[in-house]
Amino acid sequence: MPDGLPTEIDLSRPSAARVYDYFLGGGHNFEIDRQLAEQIAAMTPNLPATMRAGRDFLRRAVRMLLDAGIDQFLDIGSGIPTVGNVHEVAQAANPKARVVYVDIDPVAVAHSRELLTGNDLTAVLHADLRDPEGILAEARRLDLLDFDRPLGILLAGVVHFVPDTDRPADIMAALRAAAAPGSHLVISHSTFEDQPQEMLDAQRLSARTATEITLRSCAEITGFFGDWVLVEPGVVYMELWRPDSPSEVDADAQRFGAFGGVARYDRAAD
Amino acid sequence: MAEVDAAGEDAVDRTGAQRYAAEWARAVRRLGFVPLSAAETERLLLAYTLRLADALRTDESVASVAEEIGRAMVETNLTEPGMIEWSVRALADRLPARVLCGRGGSGAAAGLAGRIAAAQGGLAAGFARALRDRTFVHQERIARSAWQARDAVEQALRDSEARFRAVFSGAAIGIGIADVDGRIIDVNQAFADMLGYPVEELRRLDVASLFHPDDVAGMSELYRELVEGKRESVRAEQRYHRKDGTCVWADLAVSLIRHDDGRPRFTVAVAEDITGRYELQRRLRFQALHDPLTELPNRTLFFETLGRLLGQAGPVGLCFLDLDGFKAINDSLGHDLGDRLLVTIARRLAGCVAERGYLVARMGGDEFAILVDGDAGIDGVIAVAEAVLAAVSAPVFVDDQQLMVSASIGIVDSEHVGASVAELMKAAHTTLYWAKAQGRGRWAVYDPERSARDIARSGRLAGLPLALDRGEFVLHYQPIVSLLDGRMLAVEALVRWQHPQLGLIGPDRFIGLAEETGLIVRLGEWVLRQACRDARGWHTEFPDARLVVSVNLAARQADAPAIVDTVADTLASSGLPAELLQLELTESAVMGSAEEPLRTLHRLAGLGVRLAIDDFGTGYSNLAYLRRLPITCLKLAAPFVEGIRGDEPDAADHRDERIVDALVRLAHALELWVTAEGVETEAQAERLRALRCDTAQGRLFGPPEPADAIRTRLAGG
Repeated sequence: MPDGLPTEIDLSRPSAARVYDYFLGGGHNFEIDRQLAEQIAAMTPNLPATMRAGRDFLRRAVRMLLDAGIDQFLDIGSGIPTVGNVHEVAQAANPKARVVYVDIDPVAVAHSRELLTGNDLTAVLHADLRDPEGILAEARRLDLLDFDRPLGILLAGVVHFVPDTDRPADIMAALRAAAAPGSHLVISHSTFEDQPQEMLDAQRLSARTATEITLRSCAEITGFFGDWVLVEPGVVYMELWRPDSPSEVDADAQRFGAFGGVARYDRAAD
Repeated sequence: MAEVDAAGEDAVDRTGAQRYAAEWARAVRRLGFVPLSAAETERLLLAYTLRLADALRTDESVASVAEEIGRAMVETNLTEPGMIEWSVRALADRLPARVLCGRGGSGAAAGLAGRIAAAQGGLAAGFARALRDRTFVHQERIARSAWQARDAVEQALRDSEARFRAVFSGAAIGIGIADVDGRIIDVNQAFADMLGYPVEELRRLDVASLFHPDDVAGMSELYRELVEGKRESVRAEQRYHRKDGTCVWADLAVSLIRHDDGRPRFTVAVAEDITGRYELQRRLRFQALHDPLTELPNRTLFFETLGRLLGQAGPVGLCFLDLDGFKAINDSLGHDLGDRLLVTIARRLAGCVAERGYLVARMGGDEFAILVDGDAGIDGVIAVAEAVLAAVSAPVFVDDQQLMVSASIGIVDSEHVGASVAELMKAAHTTLYWAKAQGRGRWAVYDPERSARDIARSGRLAGLPLALDRGEFVLHYQPIVSLLDGRMLAVEALVRWQHPQLGLIGPDRFIGLAEETGLIVRLGEWVLRQACRDARGWHTEFPDARLVVSVNLAARQADAPAIVDTVADTLASSGLPAELLQLELTESAVMGSAEEPLRTLHRLAGLGVRLAIDDFGTGYSNLAYLRRLPITCLKLAAPFVEGIRGDEPDAADHRDERIVDALVRLAHALELWVTAEGVETEAQAERLRALRCDTAQGRLFGPPEPADAIRTRLAGG
């Protein structure tokens, strides 16, 4: 059993992955998850929309990566991939696209494995983002991804679960260091910038799931991309990142409380 | 453009349908999560719109079409209740007006209304059924996933437990687990084997019950600190009693296992049997500290112990002994037998003090030492020495040989010597030497004053030859006068040591040493030559005085074959007439029965020198022999003269006087001169004169004085 992973399954505590699933309209959740989700939703009416926006951002980002020729993805913090999950989006565009999902929640991992049974181009790892070397070693052992070719590293709504004491910047650097030129890094991350008080309060509620959320500034989030080159429009509120159509964009995009961005590893930047 | 078919029924307005689909798409995207882009959503809903419109327009079973679309909505995750609400409502409110180009009459309108209601029902039912199915599937799947995850974790725990069990039960090293009250919860087979108990029996025991009695205090303290959480681990080399009563040494590491909240929970002990290693160490240490022959403690252990005892500042006594004449036994009977003798003696020594627990060490060879600690006092140490002498003196039988040995013992104690190991050992050696010198088979107690004298003596001993070379000796002369007329007839040369630090030292303090070391021969020759030179000086200046110089010859000088040549050479080199030299010899030097001394005396006499017997009357003179000696003078020993006080003659006086009278008569009968020594009073001189003693010397006639004083005397007449 990998270090740092839970050694018992406590179904009496809500799970971030299952709360997220509930917000997306899924049924992969328990009463305890739904109670927390409703509580959060009652405090911050924007939050469900934020989660949907995050899922939309991920879809758009994956599509952008597919357009850029990326055909293999490492999705860390994938949660319960019920709807609009990465392999569906990717394989719809490129049936040979490969996806490795990584999550810390053993229930989410078990669920993902069941869901992906029969899909040889996908795999699920039970691992902790705080142990990037472990993730990379496990991923290499699977022999599904080719680290010598451009890779899409997806960190959608997960880095804010890593507190500063666990040195998230070092974790990002370790992941970037493993990737070949042409690789892309996708990050969406909750922020305290321009947020109403109830959003900040809701952050404290997140402590009731396995991990607490650490809200970060745009500058901090931008720092996670290191020296990789941010694609247009840079790190912005998620809804503003390459919307499908301008009419889609909400008047006050900051209400979703999270930034998103995509960066590319250019050989020149090496 | 509205489309009207031949039947005159409502036609589908494609533009309206697109507008309707766009509104629908906006609504669902606003109401919930749609995993599609806006354009995709709109395309999907346009297809639904057209199918619904088509079904409403014609009379096909609109309900089943709507039901399919309701189901499809769920499958594309359009599951928010608000979405179906909007969709059902819009089916009546918006769709007919926007999509269907209504031309029919009221009959047609009534038909449409019925179909719309049917479509609404179908849509709602399809959605609900699909959502219910999906929810069942999701719930089932998530529950199964949860159980799978739980199974995986439990399997991992079981695997981990199995691995731990394998390690625990298969380990060659002993492992035991106890709770914080000291109750043993589990031990592995190795642990049980080490202590010689069945596992089940150990599980009923308490940790403390296994502590070795000698370690209970220290271990209980450490263990208490451990279970109280004051320390995380304890490491110790520890004795345990096996069940069979034997002792096992364990290298023990005990660690504290805490609850999640930090409270002490268990202790885990890991123990390795190091009895073999420990015994080896113990044997090596024993070997390093014991004499292999006798198995007594060796010098190293002795000095360690002595140092420790002295460091504790208590009184320490020491018997330092060696066997008398052991070398002779070893040489004559062989080392093997000598070794066996030493083993026997060692056992006896150990036996002597075993009861008191004193340390007996073999210091090397036939030297042993016994440390008497505690408050035995010097009498206690002497008692030990007496016991040892008695034990040693009992006959020893080795190989049918009966050996009688004795030992000499030097006794020292820290109160009289000082508390340094070096001082104590030096004093012990000195004292042992005294015991030997006093005749062996006995003990001697250290005497600081005697030691100081010894040291002074040995200092002089070492300094003598150098003093001779440096010319530190001087001669003083004491007049020998005629009792008839008081004229100075001779002077006796007496040697003095002009010591650079100690000043003038009399002969009594170094002649004995010079005789022991043989230096007396060289010293005596120097005295002889110096005296002759001085006498030659006086004779040259005062030839009429005919002053004789009298020089003592030590026995060893007189025995030396070269003495005659030396005297002849001295006379020749000094130019002193032979008859002006008198050589004084002791009775013992001349009275030997050997022929050689006699011949030497005759040859000396042949040179023309006078010979005198010094201290006559203190030895055992052979009068018959005396008659044959070529001597000219007897010097009466001072004690006889002392006895003659003259003024108040008592019985003793009379006896001494009669002896002197007899001796003088004897001398005169042998035609010898008589010189009385030690004359201090005029009364004594008077009596001696009356007894016809010829000459006398003593304080009355002048003390020994430097050569110049004699010259002055001669000059003064």
